[in-house]
Amino acid sequence: MTTLTTSASETGAPGLFRRLFARLSVPDPASAGKRLLLPLIGILAFLGFWHLAAPQVNTSLGAFPGPAQVWEQGGQLWQEHLNQRARADKFVTMQEQRNQRILEKDPDADVRIRPYPGAPTFLDQVGTSLITVLCGFALATLIAVPLGIVIGLNRHFQAAVNPLIQIFKPVSPLAWLPLVTMVVSATYVSDDPMFEKSFLTSMITVTLCSLWPTLINTSVGVLAVDPDLLNVSRVLRLSFWTHVRKVVLPASVPMIFTGLRVSLGIAWMVLIAAEMLAQSPGLGKFVWDEFQNGSSQSLSRIMVAVLVIGFIGFLLDRVMLLIQKKVAWNE
Amino acid sequence: MNKSHLELTGVEMAFETPKGPFVALENINLKIHKGEFVSLIGHSGCGKSTVLNIVAGLLQSTRGGCVLDGHEVNSPGPERAVVFQNHALMPWLTVYENVELAVQQVFRKTMTRQERRDWILHNLELVNMAHAAGKRPGEISGGMAQRVGIARALAMKPSVLLMDEPFGALDALTRAHLQDSLMEIQQELNNTVIMITHDVDEAVLLSDRIIMMTNGPAATVGEDLHIDMPRPRNRVALADNSAYVHYRQEVLRFLYEKQRKLETLKPGRGRSSEDTPATAQAARA
Repeated sequence: MTTLTTSASETGAPGLFRRLFARLSVPDPASAGKRLLLPLIGILAFLGFWHLAAPQVNTSLGAFPGPAQVWEQGGQLWQEHLNQRARADKFVTMQEQRNQRILEKDPDADVRIRPYPGAPTFLDQVGTSLITVLCGFALATLIAVPLGIVIGLNRHFQAAVNPLIQIFKPVSPLAWLPLVTMVVSATYVSDDPMFEKSFLTSMITVTLCSLWPTLINTSVGVLAVDPDLLNVSRVLRLSFWTHVRKVVLPASVPMIFTGLRVSLGIAWMVLIAAEMLAQSPGLGKFVWDEFQNGSSQSLSRIMVAVLVIGFIGFLLDRVMLLIQKKVAWNE
Repeated sequence: MNKSHLELTGVEMAFETPKGPFVALENINLKIHKGEFVSLIGHSGCGKSTVLNIVAGLLQSTRGGCVLDGHEVNSPGPERAVVFQNHALMPWLTVYENVELAVQQVFRKTMTRQERRDWILHNLELVNMAHAAGKRPGEISGGMAQRVGIARALAMKPSVLLMDEPFGALDALTRAHLQDSLMEIQQELNNTVIMITHDVDEAVLLSDRIIMMTNGPAATVGEDLHIDMPRPRNRVALADNSAYVHYRQEVLRFLYEKQRKLETLKPGRGRSSEDTPATAQAARA
């Protein structure tokens, strides 16, 4: 404590650093170290086991890749992405220069720039998957939260839809996918489509599979609102909308967020499977293409994708946790 | 004052149970005048809360009815504001916003924004909680939260203030403090108050009338005791005032001799514990 107070009284840059350092090490340096140390040991042990076990597993594409090969392929994929980007830039600048020359000769000429026709890189696929999962998840939330509130508020409605929920909840995305594909191609007909059909198919499949946890948690949250608060609402004669907005919704926010986090996890898992099966652009397609490709690096590249999928899933959950901490009153 | 302000006539309350209807209340008749402070006292499970909920409109009596200022009560409304036992503040709103929710709803059309603001702060000052206006219920003590609950109820300008064991969940010192505040406020505003209590001292100290209820099932009004003591009342001075002691004994005699519960047969026990049999729980539901 004494060192803390003396350092706090100092001014200037050195004092600031010492203060910051004191702040960082205050809780208990040993426990902070332990908190990092144990996960680190876990990861190192896993890498060691992987490194030793991988060469023992022989496949038709050679031995299973160890951490070193996977790391190398990660760098390779990044490099391919950079190269592709450079080529795309060059392709566009070339067209721009050509267009300028044409326009100098004839100012009324109809000029266009064609997009770069190269295949999407690993990072492009990651981006596609992220956008798809977020759109599907957003749609699921828009459906599940209002529906969950209605179910929670109305016992008759709950009794009517409960069997449907119980039956549709456990359905695998792979079962939905062919149906969604057919329905999308039949109904989404447009000369100038705003979305790719493959994007819509993946997104709707994600929505169908991920809305259940949010739906169920929302309705449970609404049912569990403190009866005293409902009585306050009745005494105040709040209108239905005010009642929902000011009492029911805020009261069930903690439960809704629990559901949303589960939903987002499911959405991410479902998307990869759907992309693999439907050959829609995204990480799932990357994995499938590499599998079909069957080169000596394929397994390493798939392993990179596996790790990236896991890491993104983890990050998505963390982001939801952060939003929950901002929004929910009980945090 | 021949026309009463609030009147309950022949109120009966029966709850459906799997074993047939359970009659919690039977033939309750009660006339309450404007500005009267009435306590309902009785053992746990005798249906005190049910009476209050019927007046509040949160429950519908199966027979008989409740008339307030010439209008029949059949739904809840802000003119019969309720103070709940566990404050019932919205945990996600600040103290100010909790009162604002009520004021916004009741005076949206009759007050300007500035008037509403002043009215909210005025009510918070009345219960000495203006300093915590920006705090959430989770950040203040139970006694403070109950003060806010009272401020919210008062802010509705109710013609009857209904209090369901408002100080039951508080420690003795906080309770005494809040009782004094409530007496001051009631003297200033002259509200009609119906309060449920388990506490004999609280009932005698605060009330103009104590309605003592018989034990359930089929509970009804046992005795109606008028407390004729001048106000303001001081708890310390009253401690050995002969009238106060007499009233206190009247209530105790009713509760522990005439209406003693079989479960609390041990003589000399101060207060009945929360020994709610299954029937009592049904009555409270």
